[in-house]
Amino acid sequence: MHVRLGHDEKTVVSLTMDKGVKQRFHRLGSSPYFYDASARWAIWLAVPAVICIAYAVIAGLVYVPPDYQQGDVFRILYIHVPSAWLSLFGYTAMAVAGVVALVWRLKLAEIFIAAAAPVGASFTFLALVTGAIWGEPTWGTYWVWDARLTSELILLFLYLGVIALHRSIASPRAAGRACALLSIVGVINVPIIHYSVVWWTTLHQGATLGLTGGSNMDADMLWPLLAGALGFTCLFGWLTLWGMRVQLLWRERRSRWVMKRIAHG
Amino acid sequence: MGRVFWAVFRRDLAIAGRQRGVLVHQLLFFVLVVALFPLGTNTDQAVLLAVAPAVLWMGVLLSVLLSLNGLFQTDHEDGTLAQYLLSSEPLAVIALAKMIAHWLASGALFVVAGPVLMLMLGVPLDVLPVMMLTLGLGTPTLVFIGAIAAALTLRLPRAGLLLGLLVFPLYVPVLIFGSGVIRGAIVGLPYAGAVYVMAALCVLAITLGPWAIAAALRIGFDA
Repeated sequence: MHVRLGHDEKTVVSLTMDKGVKQRFHRLGSSPYFYDASARWAIWLAVPAVICIAYAVIAGLVYVPPDYQQGDVFRILYIHVPSAWLSLFGYTAMAVAGVVALVWRLKLAEIFIAAAAPVGASFTFLALVTGAIWGEPTWGTYWVWDARLTSELILLFLYLGVIALHRSIASPRAAGRACALLSIVGVINVPIIHYSVVWWTTLHQGATLGLTGGSNMDADMLWPLLAGALGFTCLFGWLTLWGMRVQLLWRERRSRWVMKRIAHG
Repeated sequence: MGRVFWAVFRRDLAIAGRQRGVLVHQLLFFVLVVALFPLGTNTDQAVLLAVAPAVLWMGVLLSVLLSLNGLFQTDHEDGTLAQYLLSSEPLAVIALAKMIAHWLASGALFVVAGPVLMLMLGVPLDVLPVMMLTLGLGTPTLVFIGAIAAALTLRLPRAGLLLGLLVFPLYVPVLIFGSGVIRGAIVGLPYAGAVYVMAALCVLAITLGPWAIAAALRIGFDA
């Protein structure tokens, strides 16, 4: 039952016109189709992820010249900056999925939130840890209550809240919808939290990368960083996709399609 | 719509008025948290003055958190909440009435009790009006945001800890601006901008909050 057919001519015409698109959309909502297709899509995320991250790490560690002020310490930024970028990207993506889950009641959007939350939390944690490791030789201390570090920490708590809520609610449907709402409330708060923390104190070095205006970074240093950001984003998508597959199997563990696939290996 | 608002508002206020014990407990809890704090440090006036705004707001945060647990609990247990959900009246209006009644009954206590505690920590008298203003703007924000999480965890056993985990990160702006304004007022820095931000957050929480609370109640009821 893909599309409910209308009787008047107009509906039929419009249906035949975008039938292909609609069919695809509805197929995406079917769990077995998504499960099988996602295994094929994963390769398109995994390969760029591995290539880009490998390039970023090797170039960042070997080819990029040392910074004239910070020496070799700055090389950690090839992990730190992409992690920090994904911590924000992941939460925003969860909130977008939250709107989709609440408005269109798409099951896959709920599963996306559940799968993305631990991945996003891991990247946030990674950004905090690499920041602390960089801070010790640069600032002389592992932790400074500066604006961006603090908002990153609060963001980690927001992620952990979503994970905790998801684990506490037994019914998967209700858990998915609860997390969807919490992500939306959280994403409205993220900029407010950030600016309140900025108001509270500012000590961090200013942002080096900007979308508008030139970056204050040499191209030799910049390219591995952009590759790292792209690679980490693909890695995020890859891990989330596999997380979604696991969630899907668990949620529908009693259905026939899961039994069939597990029986066949 | 207006009739439903007033009916729920009057009902909740009447219930709060008849359960004065709960309000007294909440007030006592708040006073204890703040009053015990100096015992953990020393009687140095400068130290107390430096931490007073933070202590006040942490006391408020903890007390609000504890009051959130019971926000929908009795309504849920006696079936009133189910009737609200089934009713044809907009749930957001009912939520708005409930929240305002809850704030008048419990949140207003902080505005009254805060100044006395601040005097004990050595905060100068002329700072107190500003401090009461921040409490008046901040506590509704806390109640409306917290109610969303309270509604989501409505039917979960031992929701108290989880509730803290969910709401404290969302309370960060109120904590920062609330104590920042008082600190600014103590040392004589301009604080008007931060008061306006607190007012904006309050308006945001009151206007968008009820819709989110209504959605959360529907989800929490299924959970």
